Amino acid sequence: MCLAIPGKIVEISGDNSESALVDVAGVRRKIDLGLLQDDKPVPGDWVLIHVGFAMSKISERDALDQMNTLRALGEIDGAMQEVQGYGLEEIDIDDVEMDDAEPDDVEVNDAEVN
Amino acid sequence: MKFVDEFRQPELISRTAEEIRRLAGSQRHYRLMEVCGGHTHAIYRFGLKDILPENIELIHGPGCPVCVLPMGRIDDGLSIAQQPDVIFAAFGDMMRVPGTQGSPLEHKARGMDVRIVYSPSDALKLARLNPEKHVMFFAIGFETTAPSTALTLMRAKAEGIHNFSVFCNHVTIIPAIRAILDSPDMRLDAFIGPGHVSTVIGCRPYEWIAKDQDKPIVVSGFEPLDMLQSIVMLLRQLKAREAKVENQYKRVVPWEGNRAALRAMAEVFQLRPYFEWRGLGFISQSALRLNDKYAAWDAEQRFAVPGIRVTDPKAAQCGEVLKGVLKPHQCKLFGRECTPEHPIGALMVSSEGSCAAYHNYEHRKAAMASSLTSIA
Repeated sequence: MCLAIPGKIVEISGDNSESALVDVAGVRRKIDLGLLQDDKPVPGDWVLIHVGFAMSKISERDALDQMNTLRALGEIDGAMQEVQGYGLEEIDIDDVEMDDAEPDDVEVNDAEVN
Repeated sequence: MKFVDEFRQPELISRTAEEIRRLAGSQRHYRLMEVCGGHTHAIYRFGLKDILPENIELIHGPGCPVCVLPMGRIDDGLSIAQQPDVIFAAFGDMMRVPGTQGSPLEHKARGMDVRIVYSPSDALKLARLNPEKHVMFFAIGFETTAPSTALTLMRAKAEGIHNFSVFCNHVTIIPAIRAILDSPDMRLDAFIGPGHVSTVIGCRPYEWIAKDQDKPIVVSGFEPLDMLQSIVMLLRQLKAREAKVENQYKRVVPWEGNRAALRAMAEVFQLRPYFEWRGLGFISQSALRLNDKYAAWDAEQRFAVPGIRVTDPKAAQCGEVLKGVLKPHQCKLFGRECTPEHPIGALMVSSEGSCAAYHNYEHRKAAMASSLTSIA
């Protein structure tokens, strides 16, 4: 769980570019870009993903190395299972068009946690 | 050494190992602690101990959020989910962690609505999909994960989703390191700093370790070469009697951390005055809870929680292994009553726990060795 998963941004979505369709070794899922609002990625960028959120941008070289590391650690299956599970894709629900009301602009305090 | 060929520059790995042997010499015994569970796992998986000289000892730190969670907190979370129409949502690695009445998975078998989610935002999605139920997300993790929980809560608030709450067990890494250093039975020379926690908090929070405690710390990546290079950097500092924070993982970790993530955490969380860590006891200002602005989404405020402290089974020595005082195999239950298939303590349940890591790799080595001698 500690290690992040590399993925390639395919498409940005959301009013505030707060989510993206990402490709991880051929599996495509939506992830949250809320933690990269100060350094927004564009399609083609590689990011490190942790629990469905992009944590940082990395080079393609480093993304491929990270995949290698996950494989070598025996964590690639767990990582792919995590990615495949994003968006509750494993849940057996009807293909309902979710009425995702777009959130209002969220006010954030410009204060850092101690 | 395993996997050498899978990484680039295998000759560089050999040369770095040589440099470590040269720097370490034979006179001094070095005790280096790797803080995060991901590094513990890497050390065993890559067989790094086998290529390090004998006078370098790697001690496993408490950076496994599942492992440091006291059993009572699991009981508390499950007790909330026992209410009618509550869905218990948690990451996969929480599912087999034992509470006093069993793990979440065992509760599921007994009829509780328990769901695995792979993201806190999916727990929120569950709430949207099930308006007649309440979804309680059992949140764990260090600063790598806390910002995602924070953002999810901000979205819940913005969208006015009220059938959602978070049972917050996020902990912070610095107080744990401080507690280890304050512990009388610990003697450490230097630290291998966490990789992905540092992408959020940056390297600055470690400066007191170097300045006040006079111990070097190198933030490290997870490849074998990363960890070996970090050990070289630590040895160089120790030999030069220096103590500073260095960043070996520059390609991923920015010195200043991730400001958007830190802002999200500041928006949603506040520090608990104290929190109990399995094996380390109560540590002040070491864990997060939802602040007053988010009280409506705080499971501990919406639901009554028993809050009973549960001590570990007497024979289980999770605490001492967590502090690095005992090696996993020195715990009396290790490999006997407590195995990955039947875990007694959390260090055996989580793949980042030192006991699970040790069991899987060292045990296999011993089994291989004995089967080879029986063939010979």
